[in-house]
Amino acid sequence: MSAIGSKGLILNEKLIFERSTAGRCGYDLPLLDVPSVEPDRSLLRDEIEGFPELSEVDVVRHYTRLSTWNYGVDSGFYPLGSCTMKYNPKINEVVARLPGFAHLHPATPDHLSQGALQLMYDLQQALCEISGFPALTLQPSAGAQGEFAGMLMIHAWHQAQGNKRHKVLIPDTAHGTNPATAALCGYDVVPIASDGVLSIEAVAAAMDDSVAALMITNPNTLGLFEPNIREICELVHSRGGLVYCDGANLNALLGICRPGDLGIDVMHFNLHKTFATPHGGGGPGAGPVGVSAALEPFLPVPVIMKEEDGYRLVADRPLSIGQLRTYASQFGILVRAYAYLLSMGPQDLKRATELAVLNANYIRARLEGSYHLPYKQRSLHEVIFSDADLPNDCHTLDVAKRLLDYGFHPPTIYFPLVVQGALMIEPTETESKQELDEFCDALIAIAEEAKSSPHLLHEAPVNARTRRLDETLAARNPRLRWEKS
Amino acid sequence: MRYLPHCDQGIRSMLDTIGVEKINDLFSGIPENCRLPRDLELPAPLAEADLQRHFQALAAESSVDGSWSRFLGGGYYDHHIPAVIDHLISRSEFYTAYTPYQPEISQGTLQAVFEFQTLICQLTGMEISNASLYDGASACAEAVLMALRCSRKRSKVMLSRGLQPRYREVVMTYVRYLDVELIEVPLAADGRTDEDAVKQLLDEDVAALVVGYPNYLGVVEEIESLSRLAHASGARMVVAAAEPLAMALYRSPGEQGADIVVGEGQSFGLPLSYGGPGVGFIAVRQKDMRSLPGRLVGETVDKDGERGFVLTLSTREQHIRREKATSNICSNQGICAVMVSIYLSLLGKNGLPQLARDNYSRTTYLREQIAALPGYSLPFTTSVFNEFVISCPRPATEVLKRLEEDKILAGIDLINDYPEIKNGLLICVTEQNDRAQLDRFVDALKGAAA
Repeated sequence: MSAIGSKGLILNEKLIFERSTAGRCGYDLPLLDVPSVEPDRSLLRDEIEGFPELSEVDVVRHYTRLSTWNYGVDSGFYPLGSCTMKYNPKINEVVARLPGFAHLHPATPDHLSQGALQLMYDLQQALCEISGFPALTLQPSAGAQGEFAGMLMIHAWHQAQGNKRHKVLIPDTAHGTNPATAALCGYDVVPIASDGVLSIEAVAAAMDDSVAALMITNPNTLGLFEPNIREICELVHSRGGLVYCDGANLNALLGICRPGDLGIDVMHFNLHKTFATPHGGGGPGAGPVGVSAALEPFLPVPVIMKEEDGYRLVADRPLSIGQLRTYASQFGILVRAYAYLLSMGPQDLKRATELAVLNANYIRARLEGSYHLPYKQRSLHEVIFSDADLPNDCHTLDVAKRLLDYGFHPPTIYFPLVVQGALMIEPTETESKQELDEFCDALIAIAEEAKSSPHLLHEAPVNARTRRLDETLAARNPRLRWEKS
Repeated sequence: MRYLPHCDQGIRSMLDTIGVEKINDLFSGIPENCRLPRDLELPAPLAEADLQRHFQALAAESSVDGSWSRFLGGGYYDHHIPAVIDHLISRSEFYTAYTPYQPEISQGTLQAVFEFQTLICQLTGMEISNASLYDGASACAEAVLMALRCSRKRSKVMLSRGLQPRYREVVMTYVRYLDVELIEVPLAADGRTDEDAVKQLLDEDVAALVVGYPNYLGVVEEIESLSRLAHASGARMVVAAAEPLAMALYRSPGEQGADIVVGEGQSFGLPLSYGGPGVGFIAVRQKDMRSLPGRLVGETVDKDGERGFVLTLSTREQHIRREKATSNICSNQGICAVMVSIYLSLLGKNGLPQLARDNYSRTTYLREQIAALPGYSLPFTTSVFNEFVISCPRPATEVLKRLEEDKILAGIDLINDYPEIKNGLLICVTEQNDRAQLDRFVDALKGAAA
């Protein structure tokens, strides 16, 4: 077994509540230099039952131990398809923590926040150049909120035209957020079947004057560029609809193709994917949205304006869809993304895309004999295999769990839904040939194990912190918080 | 480029394995008429040292150095952040991980979030909390959507005028194209939600009553009586807390009958960061568990019977239910939730209530002195926590400008959100404001009266 997964001392650690010792506190309060006053007694609560009591050392040990049970991009290869788990540069963490950014209150007057506003404005301009859209909002908190903002703008545009359209077309390869977003905007979802890519005929057949928009992902979740995208956009426009593009896979297009040039009306970015901001074990992300000129008046407020005497946040925009969050953006994430963009520059952004596509195709070439490849077309930044050829009752989940034993994070599994037992591999550009080879060697070895010793797959993982966890039990008998026993 | 590990020789050998001549051949799937025929026009790349200088220059221009006193609240609060937090979340096993889809190698995140869910329940007095939402305003909007889901046929939602104005706007955005009527409940003269108006406006079509606690004007609402009214007509009581530190001092919304408690967790160890990322939370009753939006972590066992944690009840979510999901949410605020857990663990049962008391004492000290100043008055004398409104002798914008000359950011002008309050200024005090700052503030206000 040629694995980087190996032995190590794993320390056990209880829940923070179980570590608690009465009377401890991990924080010394600043001296109270004003008279202590008693609030209205009738308003007061009792002690916060169950809250932990710990020293600073207790807390540090607790979270340090927990961290060692995690696997991050800094630990190793993390080829989650559609998630673009590229390396998160460390200087970005440093600049996001500069006091002038980290301690800036969002209600600070604009004339005392010029540096922050300039950064946002410059990032906005750079993202417009990269995507080909003339206008953009940085406000959405994540990709899904970006989709929401985009679809609200589409709805608002139709309403302004006096259109009453109630359907949204969504290909069967789409992320689940697309249909969920359309529903949140009051639309009925009409799925369209695709055969790897979307045909003009399929869109033409579904496109009538009740359709507000088509939501498309390009390249799609099979890693395939939609070759008919220009014609499809023309068709949708000619029948009075708009086109939304899910930009989750933008890492395949930097400097090569600009979605805004293709006729697409709205697209969200995932800064935590394409622009290297850390995923944080689930967030925060940031989901800016680029729009065509026709949709510009509907952007969420506030917008950032550059005027003669500086930058300003402007909320007075009568056609705007409104505000999406308490304050203007996930600013700390924007700082990191902009630092990434400036570190890379235009040539290396394009280079990143080229190498991401090279890496994905290299993995594909190395694994093609060992795993079933359902779509033969040339794919871009990711490649999707299926478990169709695996013998001895071995499935995608078993392969994924066995990969843990070898020391790798598994690919995205069972997505897209159109592929049986999908293994969706997106290596990104920040992995070297050596890393990819080790990963491919592991997957090839696992395919062999499936033939010769399938129990190794079924029993996996054995090297991880826990054995396979019982997800059915968790759902059947939900325990969502600790309770004192 | 230092982030790109490839060398020419390696690329050559990879291309050979793939069986193509050059990298460009890999892009054959993109039609010519979709290609960008030019280079991107972006700034030339910066080396790390140059980058750092550039960002230092951008960050220099602001009001955060020690020479300024700041009294800004309004939903984001300047509390001291223990050094431990940044130290711990800089462990990249935490911050460079993805959503914990592979629980066997994500137990760190999963357990930390399970603890977050528990801490939020304990603080709010509620039964179930999710793994976090984007921020306070979007959490409030999700609470409204959830209340509508839970009471299928009802289509009205009542929002108190005391609710954070941005929260109200975000709710409006979220229900923009759904068949929902939003009704504003006025405030009574004491700054609390007007109970008589609530009684009049409540009917069988109202799904939820949403109230701030404390409200945007700093006033502590009577959640218990409002809950009773809401429940009597079958509506859910939603409490939105922009400053949840108040809950360490005042009765929890849970014990006062709230059905859904949402809020912003930024106060608990997160930097202000110009308004984001923060961390929204939502806590509910057991009966509404399956209507919750967002991620949930649950306890289970592994194959050997050992305790472990997994993402659970995902049949509510978009990746399974698609257009029938409880929300379109995919991410949460992961690392920010961990920051909150670390903060609450450090302060804990003993420190957090004391911090809340001290905030109250500092606020009372300032509030009483300003109230005694000629020309200034308190429009509301009801109990507050660490924020309060004053009426200035001249437009608040002029007062703010005058105090800026003394390097004091005096508060938030209420002219746009609450024009009915004459020359209203919203002032916030935390443990970051020592007595010297408070005294200087009072002096400066005195000087700005004329």
